[in-house]
Amino acid sequence: MANTVHIDVVSAEASIFSGEAEFVVAPASAGEVGIYPHHAPMVTTIKPGALRIKLPNAAEETLIFISGGILEVQPGLITVLADTAVRGHDLDEAKAIAAKEAAEEAMQNRTSDMDYAKAQAELSEALAQIQAIERLRKITH
Amino acid sequence: MAGSKEIRTKIKSVENTRKITKAMEMVAASKMRKAQDRMRASRPYADKIRNVAAHLSFAQVEYKHPFLVKRDVVKNVGLIVVSSDKGLCGGLNTNMLRLSVNQMKTWESEGKAISVSAIGNKGFSFMNRLGAKVKSHITGLGDVPNMENLIGTIKVMLDAYEAGEIDQLYICYTKFINTMKQEPTMQQLLPLSGEQLGSPTGHWDYIYEPEAKPVVDNLMMRYIESLIYNAVAENMASEQSSRMVAMKSASDNAKEVIGDLKLIYNKARQAAITKEISEIVGGAAAVA
Repeated sequence: MANTVHIDVVSAEASIFSGEAEFVVAPASAGEVGIYPHHAPMVTTIKPGALRIKLPNAAEETLIFISGGILEVQPGLITVLADTAVRGHDLDEAKAIAAKEAAEEAMQNRTSDMDYAKAQAELSEALAQIQAIERLRKITH
Repeated sequence: MAGSKEIRTKIKSVENTRKITKAMEMVAASKMRKAQDRMRASRPYADKIRNVAAHLSFAQVEYKHPFLVKRDVVKNVGLIVVSSDKGLCGGLNTNMLRLSVNQMKTWESEGKAISVSAIGNKGFSFMNRLGAKVKSHITGLGDVPNMENLIGTIKVMLDAYEAGEIDQLYICYTKFINTMKQEPTMQQLLPLSGEQLGSPTGHWDYIYEPEAKPVVDNLMMRYIESLIYNAVAENMASEQSSRMVAMKSASDNAKEVIGDLKLIYNKARQAAITKEISEIVGGAAAVA
């Protein structure tokens, strides 16, 4: 019986890898960790880097680059929840601030938006009128 | 003869409209397939992370994440509305926004303050017109739901939750059921309830590397993000399906109108010919 562990590498946007492995090395945030089958349950965050998977009957390791995420280990199953974007506390913070500022600005410029919305509403009203006229014309014909 | 030229121009213009709606229908059909694939591709991640989160919610004793703690008094509610950027997709956004507004009215009558985060242009401009407090928004996502673009918008709401500015967080989007059917859905994101996560398969506690708090924090945030990402992906699939159906019925209607107009045109033409003949005959009779 081959001594292997099932490994799934998934990201929010796609499933990256799924299969049996003899040995896995992951770049955990506290340092690289090597996992053999029947490892104790463990959860850790991982840094951007290469995930090395040793497949059975393969001389070379398979390399998967991930931009960080979470590693979950169960005795018979390893799950890598890979991030799709490059993450970092400051980076996330900057994005949040940008989003907030954009919203505040939009709130202040509400009037111009209102004009646009009003114009749009008027346009759709005009279109509806044209349609109604046409329908009337069709009936009278 | 009066009218026949106008009818001809009208037929031409309806034909042109039909060409456009037909093209849009086909574009939507192909985009729909891709959007559905994308929606399915995001499922394994969501399932896995939900499983891990379920484990943590049961196993954790030393540290309870704020997302898992229910607050006794709910005074402020956060709502994320997921809509499409573009129109011409049937009643998709209208139905979703109606559901949101009804829910918002209920909250208001309960004396709860509401802050909104809008994903997609339609929901954003609607909420702005409504005068709602829009805390964050993202528009122009295109056809691919990109996690990178969503992070900032989501984080504003999650930060607000952690800071106690909101006590509950909901998301409203259009759930994709099948090509013909999409349903507006309201879902509670925060606080996470145990039932929502489901019970884990077996009981054990993990070894946390380096320690529990950062790992759990990280995981919970990813979990909420994946839920929102999923909602956006579903909404996009719904949008394309809904647009395809709307454009198909528009094309069919245009075809019908063209048929009617052609009938009118031919009638007018025949009437003109008959009139001319009777005039000639009448003239000949008068001469003879």
